[in-house]
Amino acid sequence: MKVFKAGAAAAVAAVLALTATACGGSSDKASSDGGASGGAKKDKIVIGIKFDQPGLGLKTPDGKFTGFDVDVATYVAKELGYQPDQIEFKQAVSAERENLIANGDVKLVVATYTINDKRKAKVDFAGPYFLAHQDLLVRADDTSITKAEDLNKKKLCSVTGSTSAQNVKTKLAPEADLLEQGGYSECLTGLENKKLDALTTDNSILAGYAAQEKNKGKFKLVGLKLSDEPYGIGLKKGDKDLQTKVNAALKKMVEDGSWQKAVDANLGPANYKAEPAPQITEGS
Amino acid sequence: MFDFLNSGQYDVLGAFWVTVQLTLYSAVGSLIWGTVLAGMRVSPVPLMRAFGTAYVDIVRNTPLTVIIIGCSLGLNQTLGISLGGGTFKEIGFRLAVLGFIAYTGTFVCEALRSGINTVPVGQAEAARALGLSFFQVLTLIVLPQAFRAVIAPLTNVLIALTKNTTVAAAIGVAEAALLMKEMIENEPQALFAVFGVFALGFVLLTLPTGLLLGWVAKRVAVKR
Repeated sequence: MKVFKAGAAAAVAAVLALTATACGGSSDKASSDGGASGGAKKDKIVIGIKFDQPGLGLKTPDGKFTGFDVDVATYVAKELGYQPDQIEFKQAVSAERENLIANGDVKLVVATYTINDKRKAKVDFAGPYFLAHQDLLVRADDTSITKAEDLNKKKLCSVTGSTSAQNVKTKLAPEADLLEQGGYSECLTGLENKKLDALTTDNSILAGYAAQEKNKGKFKLVGLKLSDEPYGIGLKKGDKDLQTKVNAALKKMVEDGSWQKAVDANLGPANYKAEPAPQITEGS
Repeated sequence: MFDFLNSGQYDVLGAFWVTVQLTLYSAVGSLIWGTVLAGMRVSPVPLMRAFGTAYVDIVRNTPLTVIIIGCSLGLNQTLGISLGGGTFKEIGFRLAVLGFIAYTGTFVCEALRSGINTVPVGQAEAARALGLSFFQVLTLIVLPQAFRAVIAPLTNVLIALTKNTTVAAAIGVAEAALLMKEMIENEPQALFAVFGVFALGFVLLTLPTGLLLGWVAKRVAVKR
């Protein structure tokens, strides 16, 4: 019994020591990241993106990152003084974005992050760098849906808990038969098999799916503007210095044509009409 | 901090009611299906034993999320099976119950089989000597005693099932976990408060279940 107690005490002590060092380690890293906004060359910048949205932020099977958000993130990082090999991309799931920023796990979040007041209570935004709208994706030969009210007799799919799904339920078409799936890929299965009539979310995300090699020619965007979703770059609340720098970087990206090039390359196919870059409204 | 609860925007009780309904239907269904499976696993027919063993081993070792999403994507979206439901709301609920029964039944079966092992062999032999058939031995002599022995493990299965119903959110059943996702999407500033509300909700559902059935288990257990 005594031996057991001693062993347990030693184990507890070891665990405590390990956690303590682990905490120390991570906070050291965070603080060094925090001080590096000026651009110390050897440091890394951690940027949160989506890993599962083709055309915007996608981690490919060979470990590369592609998409419009990735291009924007790379450009902004370059303006902040980081080369592409100094960028570490971290997955920023929608529900975790605010905490990743507030905890200092990431410096920036470039992940289809719509600017709104509730989010601004926890983080600051730079941008917007892109103006998306809620839209519908239908089969390429389907012409029966031309406005939101048409959805009331249709079978519709969106992602569980997303703003787009809630918009449909409360405002756009309360009588639509709405299926909420875990991800957009699941919706595409039903859409292709004609069990569903439309898939709804931001047009940028829809365009990314429709532009995928395996989906080319199968789906099209209806082209409705059911909502405004200005995407911003999330950063730590109160970091005015970083906000100004990121805004300047975004402005430069639009002016030198890189922005348009990134939009065309990532979201080009699928009947997607890219709008000009939005005016920057956050910070000043 | 908890103002989001008073806004009237979220029907937390309604969502938990769907959770309760999912749990109850699935519990009754998996109790029946699990008993049938246990019967198969101890039956004298080799084919039935083989089926029971294969089913339990395969389904028990498949992740529940895979089963539930398989019900929605495979059965409904691809094969068009809707279990008589008209809207996605009905179809999703029924498919989820089907998936939970298929999955939880295996755990009920294994709990019950351990209960059958607590019944002394002499009882089954005596019953057989009286001329009872296998079915009669099982339903009249063995299972009634087995059930009384496994109330506590079945309670664990029921509590696990209650919490597992959150997986139904993956196919859009409007239960507690789905509402939680909506609230996290809309109220990022109150993330921990939202988590707290739902964690508390599940504690309120499972804790009384555990206490009540623990008491029942003590009362009805066969003293040997």
